[in-house]
Amino acid sequence: MVLGVKPAHANPVFRALADPTRRAIFEQLSRQGEQTVHALTRYAGVSQPAVSKHLTVLKRARLVRHRREGRETHYRAQPDALAPMVDWLDHYGAFWRDRFDRLESLLERMD
Amino acid sequence: MSNPAEGTRTLVIERQFSHPPEKLWRALTESTLLAQWMMKNDFEPMAGRKFQFRAEPMPNWNGVVDCEVLSVDPIQCLTYNWGVGGGDSGLQWVVAWTLTPAEGGTHVRMEQSGFGPDQQAAYQGANYGWQKFIGNLERVIGEVD
Repeated sequence: MVLGVKPAHANPVFRALADPTRRAIFEQLSRQGEQTVHALTRYAGVSQPAVSKHLTVLKRARLVRHRREGRETHYRAQPDALAPMVDWLDHYGAFWRDRFDRLESLLERMD
Repeated sequence: MSNPAEGTRTLVIERQFSHPPEKLWRALTESTLLAQWMMKNDFEPMAGRKFQFRAEPMPNWNGVVDCEVLSVDPIQCLTYNWGVGGGDSGLQWVVAWTLTPAEGGTHVRMEQSGFGPDQQAAYQGANYGWQKFIGNLERVIGEVD
């Protein structure tokens, strides 16, 4: 079945989004569109170096992309990169429903 | 002790069965019964017990789920770690089973949550909940298309 869900692919995404600040940054970018590091720093309520570090992790997981314009770096979300996580929810959802079906038929057979 | 019920929920499956909780508990905790609906296993209902579920290997997965029993609360609640892929590169979850007596049977809730010990700390202190994120995920994806 599906339990593996290509951990190698899903893992950077899960790890990147395991941190609440990174989730907040990612969702802010998804909601507001492209943002500068400055704007994200104001939103996130942590220091700019901390935000930059979070953005690097998100970038490595391909959850965000950036472009430079003058002195500012602009980031935008790449929600397609969530696909492994959506797959995971779909696959495990199907897995457990299938097991519940089997459990039900086992219960019928038990004394 | 982590509490998977608080703020870290990722996947919940619930169903009502027309069988008593005692019978559900046996199906969840007797190895030979468990094997008939989950997978082959060496489970024992003891906190701290390390065990494995084993299925046929397949591409991207060796068929093994590494588990450790976290808590056993007879006929009510059972939790274990659920690890796929092994070691640091693997993925870790907590699977929690909760049985609640219901009219004419039992309400069963399965909750799969968490992302491994190194990330538990982040979850415990999370004021920006994972649950909320998952809830918003569909919307985020929807806006892309």
